[in-house]
Amino acid sequence: MFRELGQMLWLLGSTVRGFPQVFRRRRAIGEQLFEIGNASLFMACLLSFFIGGVLALQGGAVLVHRGLGSQVGGLVGLSMCKELAPVMMAVLIAGRIGSAMAAELGSMHVYQEVDALRTMNIQPVPYLVLPRLIAIALALPALVVFSNLVGWLGGAFIASFNHDIAVPYSSFFASLREMVGVRDILHGLLKSFVFAVAIGTVCCHHGLQTRGGPRGVGRSVTKAVTNSIVLILLLDYILTRILLPFDA
Amino acid sequence: MNPDTNPVSPAVAGVPVTVRDLHLTYGKQEVLAGIDLEIRAGEVFVLMGPSGSGKSVFLRQLIGLESPSSGQVLIQQEPVSDAIRDRYRLAMVFQSGGLLNSLTVAENVGLYLAEHRLRKPDEIAQIVGDTLRRVQLPEGTAEKYPPELSGGMRKRVAIARALTMEPQLILFDEPTAELDPLVALAIGREILHLNQQTHATTVVVTHDRELAFGIAHRIAFLADGRIQAIGTPAEIRAHPLPLLQQFLAADFTPQ
Repeated sequence: MFRELGQMLWLLGSTVRGFPQVFRRRRAIGEQLFEIGNASLFMACLLSFFIGGVLALQGGAVLVHRGLGSQVGGLVGLSMCKELAPVMMAVLIAGRIGSAMAAELGSMHVYQEVDALRTMNIQPVPYLVLPRLIAIALALPALVVFSNLVGWLGGAFIASFNHDIAVPYSSFFASLREMVGVRDILHGLLKSFVFAVAIGTVCCHHGLQTRGGPRGVGRSVTKAVTNSIVLILLLDYILTRILLPFDA
Repeated sequence: MNPDTNPVSPAVAGVPVTVRDLHLTYGKQEVLAGIDLEIRAGEVFVLMGPSGSGKSVFLRQLIGLESPSSGQVLIQQEPVSDAIRDRYRLAMVFQSGGLLNSLTVAENVGLYLAEHRLRKPDEIAQIVGDTLRRVQLPEGTAEKYPPELSGGMRKRVAIARALTMEPQLILFDEPTAELDPLVALAIGREILHLNQQTHATTVVVTHDRELAFGIAHRIAFLADGRIQAIGTPAEIRAHPLPLLQQFLAADFTPQ
């Protein structure tokens, strides 16, 4: 386990060392960004709307019962931007994009494409990993902003139309504006950036370590996704602890 | 194809390869059990042997894709490394072709030149076009993607990609595997023709006996991780080693 962790850190370090090549890799980064957007935007929209809705439904009923119905917007707003949007979007990206990255790099390894690059003295890390890592690190925070907006809308919609809650839009968004600050949104964005780097590194590592043909690719994908999700939850706790004093 | 009568030119551009006491172990399995070999500059050297004898692994050692457990591979008397691969432009044609499926044929063939910024884009396009014609790929192939090509065409594209590097050492891993006899013959002729044109040292790993005897200046027979026999095609045919004779005589004749 420690050996694998070391290999992942080495991969991340090598990718960071390849940063001067970012401009050269702009086409590949653009393609990866398009892939990520194309594969995840609709799912992100659907997921975020219902997460916001469920938050409003569950939290709203309790708050209204205690005479705090005007706080529903704040509850949904804070929960979405600080916790649920970053974590759920990261899990979505790990499942949809991370798995694809691991499978693609795994196939490239199995079918000797990575070896071919090395024989041409083209380093696989800046060529293959850098564009993927940059794209995911740009896309996930952007997706979290999108998820926040859709989640808030979903929460407002349910809070307004559910008879037991019946909090009007104006009251919902007034509470949201009052309780959610820029710092809270940045809190979520910082988390999502760290999650993105973790997902990219873990999935590219498992892809490049693939051995043993198509079955090996399958194994790599499974390991990439499960390890990414475990790491997201672990990092979420660590980051929350680190960022807690800054919220006061 | 009769290279026995066509000795290697003394004015070769190829580089010599020296292998010293090469061992490779995977876990408890000894894949290469001490290989000593001299591959001469500019020759077509064929490594033959049964499946699983370590031929492809040996080729990966030659180009430095894997490190040996012990021993050395020297290219022009220098240990193989990234710098040596770059200096002598070592190229390899993989069994699967090793073409990047996300790139077009033209992008694949021009990849080395583009990535190392050795030529301007219009010059690369010119070189790619010339090279694809040289390996006799039909017009219109350049814009296709590797999965759209047949096995033989993919091999030719891989050869074209290797050629743009102007290599001094070129390695072929099972170049005729999974090809029909006519395409295999054409690929064999291509290898021989390129060797005669460029004088690059050419190492071919194969268990295709016709190809081996058709193109080789020298042949080595690898079995059980060791070189069991080495010599000219005529010497190999006459070699007394029973395993080698069985390998050469193996034929599907109904009992």
